[in-house]
Amino acid sequence: MSRDASRLSLILLFAPFVLWIGLLIILPQVGIGYTSLREKISWNEYSFGLKNYVDFLGEPVYRNTLLRTAWMSILVTALALVMGFPIAYYIAKIARERSRAALFLMCLIPLWVSDLVRAYGWIVLLRETGVISTALVKWGIINQPIEMLYNDMTVIIGLVYTVILFMIVPLVSTLQGMDDALLEAGYNLGGSRLTVLRRIIIPYAMPGIVSGCIITFMLTAGSYLTPILLGGKNSSWFTEQIYNQFITRYNWESGSAFGVALLVFTSFVVWAGLRLTGQSLATTVAKD
Amino acid sequence: MQKSGPLLFVYRAYMVIFFIFLVSPLVAAGVFAFNDSMFPSLPWQGFTWDWFFSPVEPKLGLFHDDRLLQGMGNSLYIGLIVATLSVAAGTCNAFLFERKQFPFKNALYVLMVVPLVIPGVILGISILVFASMVANFADAQFGLFLTWLRPGIPLVVMGQFSFLTTITSLVIAARLQKFDISLEEAALNLGASRLRVLLTVTLPFLFPAMFSAFVVAFLVSFENFNTTLMLVGSDAPLTITMYDRMVKVGSTPVLNAVSVVLMLGSGLLALLSVVAQRPKKSA
Amino acid sequence: MYDLSCADVTKSFGNFTAVRNVSLDIPSGSFFSILGPSGCGKTTLMRMIAGFETPTSGDIRIKGDSVLTLPPNKRNVKMVFQHLALFPMMTVGENIAYGLRCRGESKSDIGPKVARVLDRVGLPGSEDKQIDQLSGGQKQRIAIARCMVLEPDVLLLDEPLGALDLKLREHMKIELKQLQHQFETTFLYITHDQSEALVMSDNVAVMNAGRFEQIGSPKALYDDPSSGFVAGFVGDSNVLSGTLTEVRGDEAQVMLDGGGLILGRVCDASKAGDKVEVFLRPESLRLGAGAEGTMMAGKVESLLFNGASSRVLIRVDDQLIEVADPEQSSSLVKGADAQVRWSADRARIFARRSA
Repeated sequence: MSRDASRLSLILLFAPFVLWIGLLIILPQVGIGYTSLREKISWNEYSFGLKNYVDFLGEPVYRNTLLRTAWMSILVTALALVMGFPIAYYIAKIARERSRAALFLMCLIPLWVSDLVRAYGWIVLLRETGVISTALVKWGIINQPIEMLYNDMTVIIGLVYTVILFMIVPLVSTLQGMDDALLEAGYNLGGSRLTVLRRIIIPYAMPGIVSGCIITFMLTAGSYLTPILLGGKNSSWFTEQIYNQFITRYNWESGSAFGVALLVFTSFVVWAGLRLTGQSLATTVAKD
Repeated sequence: MQKSGPLLFVYRAYMVIFFIFLVSPLVAAGVFAFNDSMFPSLPWQGFTWDWFFSPVEPKLGLFHDDRLLQGMGNSLYIGLIVATLSVAAGTCNAFLFERKQFPFKNALYVLMVVPLVIPGVILGISILVFASMVANFADAQFGLFLTWLRPGIPLVVMGQFSFLTTITSLVIAARLQKFDISLEEAALNLGASRLRVLLTVTLPFLFPAMFSAFVVAFLVSFENFNTTLMLVGSDAPLTITMYDRMVKVGSTPVLNAVSVVLMLGSGLLALLSVVAQRPKKSA
Repeated sequence: MYDLSCADVTKSFGNFTAVRNVSLDIPSGSFFSILGPSGCGKTTLMRMIAGFETPTSGDIRIKGDSVLTLPPNKRNVKMVFQHLALFPMMTVGENIAYGLRCRGESKSDIGPKVARVLDRVGLPGSEDKQIDQLSGGQKQRIAIARCMVLEPDVLLLDEPLGALDLKLREHMKIELKQLQHQFETTFLYITHDQSEALVMSDNVAVMNAGRFEQIGSPKALYDDPSSGFVAGFVGDSNVLSGTLTEVRGDEAQVMLDGGGLILGRVCDASKAGDKVEVFLRPESLRLGAGAEGTMMAGKVESLLFNGASSRVLIRVDDQLIEVADPEQSSSLVKGADAQVRWSADRARIFARRSA
């Protein structure tokens, strides 16, 4: 190919990328950054300043909601890892060839179903007049129906349910790449199960673990439906605050500041996680 | 791992419990669509198709509920447009990152992946804010009313496109990476023009990946809630309509019926994409 | 007129020169091979002829006309790729018809042409087969048919036998040669396998580090190599290193590094005092005592039985000498004393190869 043609095709291929990343990702982020710095003085009159952020930090409700969201997200991520790792290990290493694909597909089923349907399913199961409560009463285990919705426990279960697949999928693909001979060598050299797990399996699976944790954490912290529907109006989830500022109160300036705060905060957690484990975004998330 | 008998049994039991955990809400959402009752709950009152086909209140079936049908239509429309656009852009990105050399390639690659880790709500509000800024500017400076930059289907399309393109790019690039470049050279050598090589050799090879990227993009678009919620106007897609109903009316079995349709539809599409990705067996 | 000529072709990638001042002329209808170790620049040369790379300097002519400005899809040289590059999404027939379609030939012409070429490669009626239904050898023939149907001026073959197993490779060598006879087209064949090059070619160019070391018939390369590299690369040789002490006409004397004087023939410009290597082909060696300077004595290390290609390994000082033993008649046993002899003109002396 001649030089000119090669340049031309480079430019043509670059154009959609630049338009997409520029117009739909970078500029909008700059946009909310800009909006978050505006202070409304009167109608159609603005000045610049950090007032929105000062308000955010000064109001304990907002601050605590962000912290609560972050802690619960970390908890959900940890739970998803602990619950998901054995599943991924079973699929990748213990299951036979035939059942492996089937198990993996079964794991993916909920992925194909909308968040909304999944949350709705939990509501049908858990609410006071729901399946579990009714069944327990019928079998005489409890005397009167109990409400299992609208508490932190349920929100956490619902969130783990929603995100665990994003933990399992990268774990399976990393663990599948692991040579069984490594394990055999580990046992052969006299390692106990625990040593082999700690010294061989976990270090090998690290990129998968990190990538699963990043995705899981971001999805949890940014989730909206599950905490709202399962936690009720008092779930105090940070995305709900953003929604309220934007849609209910129509205070875009403050909502933008909240958005920036969430983005900065979650990016910080992801960055810290990457630093602690010595991985990079390109080697983990982009791999699959 | 060499597991002894009882331990393996416990392990298997855990797997079984996990899968029960995985499917139980889906089963619950599905089964009660067929319960002949006003509430999606026990006791079981007998089997019925009413929540799908009944034309009259109070058991207005899904296929006679105009709002839900309208929502489904909007979802379909948005999904097809978004999937088409994101597959087109994803294909360009795949060629860009697999075939071309340019400065800051690694940094730009990371930038390409970033939309996947930005929370959907943030993507939604940032596009909403930016679009409004542009629209306000056009209004103030030129007196133009750019209604398509106000909440509505075009903004929903843009919002979903912004993160779906990452997914389609990764899927298509993974396939392009496996492409043997000598096939293109062979075609050139046999006298084909560049365009012909692309159309007859490269794109047919990429087609399965493009197809499954399309299916995945369509499904994710159809099911998306977080980003869409911030950008939606009066033409609400199905998930938003269903959410509204859930919050305002409370749960009725017609929502279970919607769930059944959604699960069946996505199951079917997922199956299609799996079949398309599988290498053709020789007859 | 030559079907293909290269004049002083050079190709550099940055500081690295992959091909350096290569010239060759290939007469019509001949089978020409380029033989060299991997990384010697032979693939780059072929890619320049096909048009995938542009020479830094020099000229490439096909049937007398320079093709430097022609893009690859306009050159009438066709190529069989290393891994064949058959299009997996097309049937055998579509693969073969691909080039004809690109040319815009009519459907009614294409069908019979495809059928005829399939017939010629011995796979009649396999138009509708899928590529992955074919065996390795059949794929090979389809790849050739796909090119030959376009009646190219030159057919390039880039180590196409590399992926086949040994037995099939032996078989395909003969078949390729027959196909070339049948089509009467010029073949340019690239390989690192000397036996492929020797068996099939009319002429062979031996390439090393971007240059041609020698061009000649297989017999000339084998019997009369012009450099130490060719002598070492083409055919088997025992190599003894030493210093040239004296040159008298054709005959010369070498002091071996391991001690001992031997006689041989200087085949390049080496002078007395130069570091040299002596090349002795296993079949030039005979078991038994000979005259001073054309014999060595050692112990039998092992007997390698391989029918007509059987060898005896004899340890002389710290070096193993391979001796051809086609009759396996000798009653040698492992560990016995043994002597080898040769005639001085069969011991070729070349300047020592670097590294």
